[in-house]
Amino acid sequence: MTPTTNEDAIFEAVTGLLGRHRPAGAVVTPATELGADLNIDSVAAMDLIMEIEDHFEIDIPVNQVGDMRTVGDLAGLVRKEVAAKQG
Amino acid sequence: MDIFDKFKPTMARRSAVLAAGRNPFGLTVERVLSPTVGIIEGRETILVGTNNYLGLSFDPACIDAALQATKEDGTGTTGSRIANGSFGRHVRLEEAFRRFFGKGHAIVFSTGYQANLATIAGLAGEGDTILADSDSHASIWDGCRLAAAETVVFRHNDPDHLDRRLARLKDKGGAKLIVVEGLYSILGDTAPLKEFVAVKRRHPGSYLLVDEAHSFGVFGEKGRGVAEAEGVEDGVDFVVGTFSKSLAGIGGFAVSDHAGLELLRVASRPYMFTASPNPAAMASVTEALHQIERRPELRARIWANAKRLHDGLEQLGFTLAAPLSPVIAIRLPDEATAVRAWNLLIDAGVYVNLALPPGTPNGACLLRCSLSAAHEPDQIDEVLRRFETMRDRLEMQAAAE
Repeated sequence: MTPTTNEDAIFEAVTGLLGRHRPAGAVVTPATELGADLNIDSVAAMDLIMEIEDHFEIDIPVNQVGDMRTVGDLAGLVRKEVAAKQG
Repeated sequence: MDIFDKFKPTMARRSAVLAAGRNPFGLTVERVLSPTVGIIEGRETILVGTNNYLGLSFDPACIDAALQATKEDGTGTTGSRIANGSFGRHVRLEEAFRRFFGKGHAIVFSTGYQANLATIAGLAGEGDTILADSDSHASIWDGCRLAAAETVVFRHNDPDHLDRRLARLKDKGGAKLIVVEGLYSILGDTAPLKEFVAVKRRHPGSYLLVDEAHSFGVFGEKGRGVAEAEGVEDGVDFVVGTFSKSLAGIGGFAVSDHAGLELLRVASRPYMFTASPNPAAMASVTEALHQIERRPELRARIWANAKRLHDGLEQLGFTLAAPLSPVIAIRLPDEATAVRAWNLLIDAGVYVNLALPPGTPNGACLLRCSLSAAHEPDQIDEVLRRFETMRDRLEMQAAAE
């Protein structure tokens, strides 16, 4: 996909990539918690990050993932890396 | 705010596991009778989860060496090597590792965990990037956390994914440190090191570190690990390992042909700010290393034992997680079944490891066995009979529910 700076598009793409972690019919908002709401543990989070990295062709350092609690946090990280990549 | 509030989810899960029987994370082996037999709950138990791969923990020469060293040099070193100096035994053991691997440089550490922490955090500094396999051991992740470098992850045992990640990083400055394990300790699968070395060679400024904690002493004609078995030792920049498995002691090591490895002694905190390995450990490990060199039959025995258990479990219909290796992981459908199976085995006098998420890849619930050269074939046959009984009981319980 072509990277975009459109914030909604990035959030939509991230929620799309949540895939198998997303309970059927669940509405995902920026406040949805990755651990408490989606049951994504540290190992699952790593798989998810790799999918997102490949999709956007960016690198998200593991060191930054520790601060990530919600889907909004995750989308924020992606936005930052996409913007950095586009210079 | 209670400082323990954050542990509530963990405690709830722990309570559920405990409700099914005993505590798998706090089991006591009351007495250890041999490398393969211990007393658990007053009962003689066959140990099939010790990582005592070569069975050297009761080797008479290793025990004598530890006793002699304690008498000569005392019970502890009482400090770090940079502050208190090195003992002759540290220096001699490092020389023994250089010789064993045919590498120019070797450092010993106080534990295997610290060997990874010290090597990864010491090597990968500000501006560098660590590329870690997604199934890495906790000591690798903790080394990455301690490092000033950024860490990115590639898919487990996937050289193509590593290649793409390195390509994406080509314009980023700094060195790239690729970190993989020889034998992965939970599933018992091995890294495709030939392919990883080829990828590394395509990307200048990349270095490959292989943690051979579980493969040292077991893989390769001389026991140097998976890199030796795959014939790619020249392409591996750093080998890290532990004393607490095949060497049956405690401590760790790193070896390399890069002279810069020596800089860890003045630049890596897990080496600098901890007590150095004690005389008994140095002495027993030095002797165990000689035994690995002198007794290739130990490797032949552990592989024969692994095959016996692996084939037997397959015949019993268990689903095994990986091809043959001295680590054999059995997949169970869910956590409750895995916990029940583990309890049934302890009841029957068989000790294996229970491995649950998030400590396992892809949410796997596993019973993990590790073989020893010290197992006798009839012990393995007995273990298989007890697994069969456990399987039948699980099926009966499932049918009753």
